[in-house]
Amino acid sequence: MMHYLLRRSVHAVFLLIGVSLLAFAFTVLAPGNYFDEMRLNPQITPETIAALRAQYELNQPLPIRYVHWVSSVLHGNMGFSFAYNTPVAPLLLVRARNTLLLTVTAMLLAWGIALPLGIWSAERFGRLSDRLVSWGTAALLVIPDLALALGLLVIAVKMGRFPIGGMVSLNFENLSLAGKLRDLGFHMALPVTALVLSVLPLLVEHVRAAVAEVLGAPFLLAAEGHGIPRRTLLYRYALPAAANPLISLFGFSMGTLLSGSLLVEVVMSWPGVGPFLLEAILARDIYVVIGGVLLSTLFLVGGNFLADLLLYWADPRIRTESNA
Amino acid sequence: MRAGHAISRWLVLLVALHAIVIFAGFFAPYDPTEQERKNPYLPPMRLHCVDSQGHFHLRPFAYALNLREGSFDQYEEDTARLLPVKFFVLGANYRLLGLVPSRWHLFGADNERIYLLGSDSFGRDQLSRFLYGGRISLFTGLLGAGVTLFLGLFVGAVAGYYGGWRDDLLMRLAELFLALPWLYLLFALRAFLPLAVGPLQAFFLIVAVLGMVGWARPARLVRGVVLSAKERDFVRAARGFGATDGYLLRRHILPETSSVLLTQAAILVPQFVLAEMTLSFLGLGVPEPVPSWGNLLSSLQQYSVLVSYWWMYLPALIMLPFFVGYLGLGSVLQQRAEPSKIGR
Repeated sequence: MMHYLLRRSVHAVFLLIGVSLLAFAFTVLAPGNYFDEMRLNPQITPETIAALRAQYELNQPLPIRYVHWVSSVLHGNMGFSFAYNTPVAPLLLVRARNTLLLTVTAMLLAWGIALPLGIWSAERFGRLSDRLVSWGTAALLVIPDLALALGLLVIAVKMGRFPIGGMVSLNFENLSLAGKLRDLGFHMALPVTALVLSVLPLLVEHVRAAVAEVLGAPFLLAAEGHGIPRRTLLYRYALPAAANPLISLFGFSMGTLLSGSLLVEVVMSWPGVGPFLLEAILARDIYVVIGGVLLSTLFLVGGNFLADLLLYWADPRIRTESNA
Repeated sequence: MRAGHAISRWLVLLVALHAIVIFAGFFAPYDPTEQERKNPYLPPMRLHCVDSQGHFHLRPFAYALNLREGSFDQYEEDTARLLPVKFFVLGANYRLLGLVPSRWHLFGADNERIYLLGSDSFGRDQLSRFLYGGRISLFTGLLGAGVTLFLGLFVGAVAGYYGGWRDDLLMRLAELFLALPWLYLLFALRAFLPLAVGPLQAFFLIVAVLGMVGWARPARLVRGVVLSAKERDFVRAARGFGATDGYLLRRHILPETSSVLLTQAAILVPQFVLAEMTLSFLGLGVPEPVPSWGNLLSSLQQYSVLVSYWWMYLPALIMLPFFVGYLGLGSVLQQRAEPSKIGR
């Protein structure tokens, strides 16, 4: 077990180092920097700009900047944001928390819907109700994420029930704990719905296919012959047997959700990594961009790591393989 | 056989849809950048066949819109002014396929403009902007997919055919690109390129960025095919007869990758169209006044537009058939390639 975990962690660390190197390599190619805009301002002398550039080491060769940045990461700063004039890490952390709140909720909800629906659909494979589910998922799959998020906004505006954008109401600080949760939940409803709807078709189709494949297996026929109730049969016998590809999908769906959440956050002005990153791109705040990109990699790697752990727990074949 | 039928059906649909966009000049009633400042945010005009007196008209018509009394953005139909839809009319200049100058339009109306999808803040015709915008969005998608597949084919072939350190290096690099959620990757690459660019540069910039974003997955797939293909008996035989690497790749190995590439293309194009839309929507893509499907929707970012002018959302609904076409084609191709699996 330890060996298996260790190997995955080492792999993840190398991946992160690679991504950070790649991101730095691209910054060299990037034309312009944060201080270019200041040159247009007559009140700022060229000397000041040169001093600022020197202060933030923008005139240093790339390897030196990279080394300094790595040491800054190890100190928990992750570089310096020019626009906010503070270290990147604390800024990013708040946004990351908000993004995680959104994606994890969406993830749980999406799987919570996809598993029963997929199994239900697989049980009726080829029948009208199954085909209706397939049609529904196909219809959802066709709608681009952007159109989906905007469409939800349009509908929400028409209904006038849900708050449009933001994470909390203005009077949030004065609410009781229950009121705070309620307020947060209300604000989360739209973005979470958009995210769930964007990954749901993928998940339902895979659950359906995986379970339908297992359902014809002889061991299930035998179990049915023993008179085991249908429900137990589906959830205790069929689902674990079908779990392997689904757990890999869990890691993959994390990536889809993160990408989706980037867009949904901007559209619905959720104060997560998405709008923050966009702002940084427009301002050429490079360390924030690198930090955001690295953070997303970390999320994805974390998701895959979790999937690996689950797989290890769920699939005895992998346990014996990696212990041997 | 049935798969062949299904493929050609989807292809016919897609070709028809693309034709409409390619000949946007003809199908669009007006120039996409032509403004009519006195008519901002006009709601879509409805086509009628029966007028307010109950008379039936063979030629469909729309009512001209007037500002409602005491309002600055609410319009009502003026039942006294009929705008009959005329077909094959002369209108704004355009170049068919970018070459042939022409003034013919599929439809239009005399005296006043008709807005079937409403107008935007400058009084530009949304329908015309949608059709012209499709050109940008679909062709960034198609061209981006082309670049991606070319890169993927090249990298995959080198990695799979030559193996060794080249394989290791290229596949590790591919892993790095796959380690990022694709929208983050897109943003990151876009972040390190110039921001304020003209429409044409923006177009090629996005194509280049898309090509960089997507190459890793097709490269891995191509590599797999090449790995198995180069061990086939007829390939070994050809090599035994003294065939060169280039000949083997060109003649025997790369043709084997065609079905993988086709399937990937059908998957990548809608994804890239969406990517272009996302970038333009956020102001990182094709700039105004050139329309693209992304910046057509970007006005919805303003709360006032979202609340008052819902029809600005209509383009998002009208573009759905394009996505249906590509997804249908993709799934049919995928089923043909691997009948048992529902692939990613």
